[in-house]
Amino acid sequence: MSASTTAPSQADVPETPVVKPSSRARRAGRELLGSAPIFLILLVVLVAIAVRNPQGASPEYYLALLKRAAPLMLLAAGQIFVIVSGEFDLSVGALITAVVVGAAVITDGDPSLSYPAIGGLLVAGVAVGAINGVATTRLRVPSFLVTLGMALVISGGVLYNTGGAPSGTLPQNLRFFGREGIEGVPVIGELPYSVIVLVVLGSVCFWLMHRTNFGRQIFAVGGNARAAALSGTRVHAVKTLAFVISAVSAVVAGILVAGFGGLSNDAGAGYEFQAISAVVLGGAVLGGGRGSVLTAMAGALTLEALFTLLNLLRLPVELRFTVQGVIIIAAVAYASVRLRASA
Amino acid sequence: MTTPANTLRRFAGTGRGLVADSSALVFVVLGLLVAGSWALVGPSFLSYENILSIVQRSVALGIVAAGQTIVILVGSLDLSVAYLVSVTAVIASAIMQGDPALMLPAVAVCLAIGVIVGLTNGLIITKLRVNAFIATLGVALILRGVLNASVDNFTGSVPIEFQALAYASLGPVPYSIMLLAGVFAAGWFLLRYTRLGHHIYAVGGDEETARLSGIRSHRIIITSHVIVSLTAVLTGLFIVSRLRAGAPWVGPDGAYDLESIAAVVVGGTALAGGRGGVLGTLAGVFILALLDNVFNQLQVNPFIKDIVRGVIIVGAVAIYALGSRRRDG
Repeated sequence: MSASTTAPSQADVPETPVVKPSSRARRAGRELLGSAPIFLILLVVLVAIAVRNPQGASPEYYLALLKRAAPLMLLAAGQIFVIVSGEFDLSVGALITAVVVGAAVITDGDPSLSYPAIGGLLVAGVAVGAINGVATTRLRVPSFLVTLGMALVISGGVLYNTGGAPSGTLPQNLRFFGREGIEGVPVIGELPYSVIVLVVLGSVCFWLMHRTNFGRQIFAVGGNARAAALSGTRVHAVKTLAFVISAVSAVVAGILVAGFGGLSNDAGAGYEFQAISAVVLGGAVLGGGRGSVLTAMAGALTLEALFTLLNLLRLPVELRFTVQGVIIIAAVAYASVRLRASA
Repeated sequence: MTTPANTLRRFAGTGRGLVADSSALVFVVLGLLVAGSWALVGPSFLSYENILSIVQRSVALGIVAAGQTIVILVGSLDLSVAYLVSVTAVIASAIMQGDPALMLPAVAVCLAIGVIVGLTNGLIITKLRVNAFIATLGVALILRGVLNASVDNFTGSVPIEFQALAYASLGPVPYSIMLLAGVFAAGWFLLRYTRLGHHIYAVGGDEETARLSGIRSHRIIITSHVIVSLTAVLTGLFIVSRLRAGAPWVGPDGAYDLESIAAVVVGGTALAGGRGGVLGTLAGVFILALLDNVFNQLQVNPFIKDIVRGVIIVGAVAIYALGSRRRDG
């Protein structure tokens, strides 16, 4: 047998690993099973943190955790749109780095340029997402490769512009989103701006995905693109918009990272795989059709909380990767075993 | 029917007997690139030394890309190869400690680790039904954590005898090139003439159909994962013989996971599986190495290289995808 004999049947198959369309009952069961475990795991990790933390569990401590987790939670809220539509976005890590470095280059410490810089970066994010979406849908290149290529282009561009070492300064009024907060709030002390940004944008994402027609179309496209197209959904437009949402979430996450991380050439390194891990922990299925903004964000918070717990247990910091690896395999294995059992 | 892709495809049709036609195009691209580079760089580009240097630069990536081709053909992929390369380099060097007598045990241990990692990936994907992306990313993270928690610098050393793999040659042909040629010849033979090879295409084309026609698809997928892990081990052994000692960053620094996937798809193998072959991948590896070489000679800013690389990966796959749509329509 030669490879060419199987060629025609391959041509119209979607490029990402295909998940077989499931019945309505299966999906309903999956949504219940998929959302419950992650909140339970999150609760267990948060309690474990309280037990291990010598200072005890204060509201401030958990708020600081939420502040740290905000960029990843926003990324997960954006990535879930792309994953549910049946694609991947691996360009977000490079985009975060580009935002951090780009903000420093554009403003060079000049506070009056901060807001124009943020506006410009958001526009650039929309452009990146649109290119990812158009290349995936029109050029029919698997999104895995499109967004990987985009990551190479972005990080090459960043390194070319900085010559390997970033220069420029981040103005205080740009960093304040990731750093500062509203002082003097009762009970919790300081309310970080990043948490406000997280709640507002997270709510917008939740509304978009679970309360609008566009959201329903994303699930339809990810569940079965051909059926969605036949019932009048503009598949290309819906997928492209999903990529734009993911890219914009990366720009916002990048501004928060610039706030508490500061200027560095690897500010965004690894975020793309963490975002996908978080989404998968939240019960989303690679291949599309299943997922939720709330559980994806819970997955991101769980990941960050686990890293905190590892620190408290004084384990080598490198072992966080091992833990991340084990739990994403376990989460997906659990989901597919339950799916089969309920079928 | 008059798209550039089709014109090129027809032009490349003569190679159809030797390679799967979806990857014939890549040889045309490689030829055009060689011609273009020769025009840009000058006659020194086609000198024996320069060609040898391009081929030698392709060895490390090429070996693991051959394995990656097989696992992509079967409809899977492997993101754990980069850390397996590191694990191999570190363990080989730590066991050998410069002692030639320990070369064989070290190689045996590394191959055994490769089999275990490949089995693990394959079993997680088939028995636990975990998406290959997540399964191999997860195994990569596990390896990364364990590796970085145990070593943080060069460890041990390999004896002169082992360094021969990277530095010595038989007559005018370096051992490293013989290794590369051997791996690709084996991969080509496996896919073209063995039952396993045919089953790999069948499972990658449509797993359900393959299973219904009596192929044990799980076994084929697991075997393919063992093969790609073994090629990652070979790449690790080659790298440690070149560096003389193993360090935990050699795999991720070479980005062997994503680079090998890039070489495979630039070589015309479909990421969805079932279509392509190792010879296309070899051309894909040469294309990436040749670009490196030309950019170095022209002293182009190294970071531009990443940009061009990204555009080439997406562009190549777009041409294949658009070409195959026209042909089918």
